[in-house]
Amino acid sequence: MTLQDYHVTRSSNAARVAAILGAVALIILVAAPWWAGRADMRLMGELFLYLALASLWNLMAGYAGLVSVGQQAFVGFGGYMLFALTMFAGLHPIAAIVCAGVLGALVSIPVAVLIFRLRGAYFAIGTWVIAEVFRLGFAQISALGGGSGSSLPVAIVKSLASKRAMRESLSYWLALGAAVIVVTAVYLFLRSRKGLALTAIRDNELAAGSLGIDIWRTKFVVYVVTSALTAMIGALIFLQKLRISPDAAFSVNDWTAFVIFIVVIGGIGTIEGPIIGTLVFFALRETLADLGTIYLIVLGVVAIVMMLKAPKGIWGLIRRRYDLQLFPLGYRVIAPGKSDKS
Amino acid sequence: MGSILKLDRLSKAFGAVTAADALSYDVQEGEALGVIGPNGAGKTSMFNLITGTLAPNSGNVEFAGQNVTKWNAARRSHAGVARSFQVPQPFSGMTVFENAMIAATQSAGLHGHEAERFCLEVLEQTELLPKANVLAGSLTLLERKRLELTRALCAKPKLLLLDEIAGGLTEGECASLVQTIKDIHASGVTIIWIEHVVHALLEVVDRLIVIDFGKKIAEGEPHAIMNSPEVKEIYLGIEADA
Repeated sequence: MTLQDYHVTRSSNAARVAAILGAVALIILVAAPWWAGRADMRLMGELFLYLALASLWNLMAGYAGLVSVGQQAFVGFGGYMLFALTMFAGLHPIAAIVCAGVLGALVSIPVAVLIFRLRGAYFAIGTWVIAEVFRLGFAQISALGGGSGSSLPVAIVKSLASKRAMRESLSYWLALGAAVIVVTAVYLFLRSRKGLALTAIRDNELAAGSLGIDIWRTKFVVYVVTSALTAMIGALIFLQKLRISPDAAFSVNDWTAFVIFIVVIGGIGTIEGPIIGTLVFFALRETLADLGTIYLIVLGVVAIVMMLKAPKGIWGLIRRRYDLQLFPLGYRVIAPGKSDKS
Repeated sequence: MGSILKLDRLSKAFGAVTAADALSYDVQEGEALGVIGPNGAGKTSMFNLITGTLAPNSGNVEFAGQNVTKWNAARRSHAGVARSFQVPQPFSGMTVFENAMIAATQSAGLHGHEAERFCLEVLEQTELLPKANVLAGSLTLLERKRLELTRALCAKPKLLLLDEIAGGLTEGECASLVQTIKDIHASGVTIIWIEHVVHALLEVVDRLIVIDFGKKIAEGEPHAIMNSPEVKEIYLGIEADA
């Protein structure tokens, strides 16, 4: 038994099964316009957009340690860019979404340089302050409706598709596509060399620095990329809402508090966590929303209990018990004579 | 063989506490240098200054002929400086093998299959291969110390800094660790080793320096240094632990 007989694998049976089930689920979801009702499709579209936001926040906070409570800055910025670019520059809504991402990246660069000087709780507060500055700034722009906001003109809505049913399907597919692209991108990134570096930062910054990882630069890249994608998701969110106002666009509750809830419940610092968290959040919301204030109290209690009893979230509990990884990021060394079936 | 590391009047103070006081010495390529001194003498701070985790108040660090004083830890790691931490700093959510892979890919710059093979070789050398798939957070103290060494080696260092790697180990564990370190030294890696377990240190190092209050107070042939009255005075009471 020599070293040559050892080999290294990055896959597992659980991951292969998960990939097949995921592909089947995706086909069923893509076909939703043929089997689901309008209300269900709208709900699922919203769920996909929350999944995308949660996966991005998880990458930033769970891996890069950038606990931002100000991502609504980029959701709102993206939404406003959609309105501005379609109304004043005459761009097609889809082109405007892409441009919102590019502009989001550009805006996030000076923001990052500024707030990266802050650490821990101060960083979190700093991101919130920045988001408030964005909200107050956009409320000053009278062409976009100032403090009361504005609606997307009918002509622009119709440019997406002339028939209402087609528009609704398209908007659903865009949301599904956004979620699939974000989760896939996060997965591929974390599996790469840079992703390995980011995972090292998640676990121990001191050791990561002394092993050749440029911590500031890695965090900076993660912040800019997540901000750009968050701005694109924001543009999509307001393409579905068709109406924007500073309070809705830069809502800390809608775009950050619920997103943090999702990630913490599901399991921070894992790809599976935000997916599970989104499903749990929507299940709670749809069953309890009629209860009014009690719904928010239940959310709070669930969050507190999870943080005390299972700080690594639902996925953390599952992983501890079954040693599962649906998205195979890790490496497994297979000793000679042992099979790699796990 | 020339000098690989040169400290030039390096000073660092934390308020009233002096961690390094005009510290100067050279380390030759391929040498094994031992460092001793009482607790709080500034030994670990000296490593932090060499690796770039700390910035000095004044003075210079030269590595392989370049002034690296302004370089951050990551850049010095790429240049060939690696360390083991006194208090192990594992990536606890990752397996032993993944910990090794980080050093091999990020510091040594290896890719894919080549990185994997290299990590397996190092893990065999440091006797952690049977633990390759274990989460680093669940290792014992000896295993954590070996993981520190593994990661440092996977970075393919020119200069290896060992910080009290033998502390807290049993006699048998210590002997096997000393053998591993001897092998690493024999392969041409320059070593600086801080250690309270003096008998382990003396088996490996060619030269010894003694540090107290951030100052180098003695330097020379290991046994002669250990027998000098000045060092005996500092180590009175500490030698019993060794």
